[in-house]
Amino acid sequence: MTSQAAAVDRVFRSEFGRAVALLARVLGDIGLAEDAVQDAYLAALRRWPADGVPDNPRAWIVAVARNRAIDRLRRDRVLERHTEELTRRAEDEMKRYDESADDDTIPDERLRLIFTCCHPALATEAQVALTLRLVAGLTVPEIARALLAAEPTIAQRLVRAKHKVRAAGIPVRVPPDDQLTDRLASTLAVVYLIFNEGYVATSGPQLRRDDLAGEAIRLGRVISTLMPDEPEAAGLLALMLLQHSRRDARTDAAGEVVLIGRQDRSQWHRDEIAEGIALTERALRMTRTPGRYALEAAIAAVHAQAATAEDTDWWQIAALYEMLLRVSPSPMAALSRSVAVSMAQGPAAGLALADSIAAEGSLAHSHLLHATRADMLGRLGRSQEAAAAYRTAIDQAGNEAERRLLQRKLADLPEPSQPRTNG
Amino acid sequence: MQYVLLIYGDPAAAEEMSEEDGRAMMAEYFEYTEGLRRSGAYVSGEPLESAQTATTVRQRDGQQVISDGPFAETREVLGGFYVLECDSLDQALEHAGRCPGARYGSIEVRPVMVMPATA
Repeated sequence: MTSQAAAVDRVFRSEFGRAVALLARVLGDIGLAEDAVQDAYLAALRRWPADGVPDNPRAWIVAVARNRAIDRLRRDRVLERHTEELTRRAEDEMKRYDESADDDTIPDERLRLIFTCCHPALATEAQVALTLRLVAGLTVPEIARALLAAEPTIAQRLVRAKHKVRAAGIPVRVPPDDQLTDRLASTLAVVYLIFNEGYVATSGPQLRRDDLAGEAIRLGRVISTLMPDEPEAAGLLALMLLQHSRRDARTDAAGEVVLIGRQDRSQWHRDEIAEGIALTERALRMTRTPGRYALEAAIAAVHAQAATAEDTDWWQIAALYEMLLRVSPSPMAALSRSVAVSMAQGPAAGLALADSIAAEGSLAHSHLLHATRADMLGRLGRSQEAAAAYRTAIDQAGNEAERRLLQRKLADLPEPSQPRTNG
Repeated sequence: MQYVLLIYGDPAAAEEMSEEDGRAMMAEYFEYTEGLRRSGAYVSGEPLESAQTATTVRQRDGQQVISDGPFAETREVLGGFYVLECDSLDQALEHAGRCPGARYGSIEVRPVMVMPATA
C-alpha cells in the first residue's frame, strides 16, 4: 500500500462510523448510508493523492457521501424503492452539511448507529459483524480475519443483518428512557464480547488478537463519551483499559501464557492503567449501586494498583466479588471469588467454595474450574487429586497456549509426600 | 409500517385452564384490543379456532392435496393474530410484549412486506 493510500485508510478508519451514522439518521437506511460512505472512500483514493488530504476531511467525507447518497436515491427512485418525498427530505437535510461545515456543525450520531447495530432483534453474531463494519469501519476481510471466519460468511451475515434492519423497521435512534437501561446493557455486552474475542481467542494457536480488543476500546470510548452519565458505560471502558494494559505481559517471548501473579509488571501500560482507574472511580461515584462492569473494573484496578503480586489486596478483591455476585450472579464470578478467598484466607477456604461450584455442575466442562481446583489441591499438598484435575482441565482447554500452561503446572506438582504451605 | 403479531400457544395448556381463568384471559384480550384501538395501532385481529380444525392444502403436479391438521406438528400452534400499524419495530415489540399471549406462549412479530407501487 502506498503511503498516500495508507493516509486515506487512516482517515476513513476514524471517520467512517461518524459519516455512516449521520447519513443513516438522515436517510433512515443504514445500507444506503454505508454504500455512500464507501463511495466517498473510493473518491478519496482517487483524489487525495493528487489534491492532498483536505483541511477538514470529516466535512469532505460527509459532503461527498451526501452527494453520492442523493445520486443513489435518485437512481433508486426510478426503481421506485424510494419516494420523491424521501429524496427531497434527504436533500434538504443534507444541504446543511457541505464542505464548508466545520467539525462542530457535524453532529456525532454514532450512538444511534450503535444502538441500531446492537438491537436485540438481531442475532448476536449479526450485532457483532454490523457494529464492526458500520461503527468501527472495519472491512469485510478485516472482520473475517478478526473473527476467524470466512469472508463470504461475514459478507452474507452483513447482507442479511442490513436486510433485517431495513425490512423489519429497526429504528436508527437511541431508545427511549423506559427502554434505555436494558438496551444499553445489551449494547455494552456486544462491545465486551468483541473485546473478549480479541483478548483470548476461543480457539486456535494464538492467545490474543490485539486489533479487535483495540476496536472494542474505541467503541467503548464512543459510548462512554456520548453517554457521560451512564456509570456502566464508564465501567466497561475502564474494565477493558485495565485488562488491555496487561497485554504485553500476558505471554512470554516464546508465546507461553503468563498468569497475573507472575507477570512482569513493568510491561503493564501505565497510561492505560491511570485512565482505567480514573474511570473506575468515576463510575463508582456516579451511583450507589454499581453494576457489573464498574465492579469488575474495580477488581482489575486493585490488581493494577499492587506493585508486586504479593502486595495484592485479596481481601478487597474477595469483597468486590461478593458484591459482583449479588449484582450479576454467574458461576465464573463465583469461581473467581473462590480464587480470591483462597489467596486471602488459604486454599482450604477457597477449595470449599470451588467444590460447591463443581457440585452445582454448570462449569463441569470449563477447563478453568478444573484448573482452579487443581491449583488449590496442589497448594494443600493433595498432589494426586491435583494431577487428576489438571488432566481434566488439559482435556477441556480450547486454546493451545492455555493447554501448554496447564501441562507445565501438572509437571511442576511436587511428590504427594511433600505438602506445601499456602504461598 | 404494518406488522403482524402471530400468537403461538400450547393448546394442551389452554384446555387445562379452568373456566374462571379462561374468562379472565378473554377479559384481558378485550382490554388489550381496546388499548390497541385507542393507541391507533390496531388494523385488524382475530382469534382462530383450534389447530384440530385446520386443513392444509397443497398443489402438487397439478393435483390438489388436502390433509387434516396444520403443516407441522409442534407443541405451540398459531392461535390468533393482530395486524398493527407502528412507526418502528420497537413499537411493534412493545405492543407484542403487552399481549396476554406473550405470558403463556410466544408472539412472532413479522413486518408486512411493502410491495413497490405499480402505478
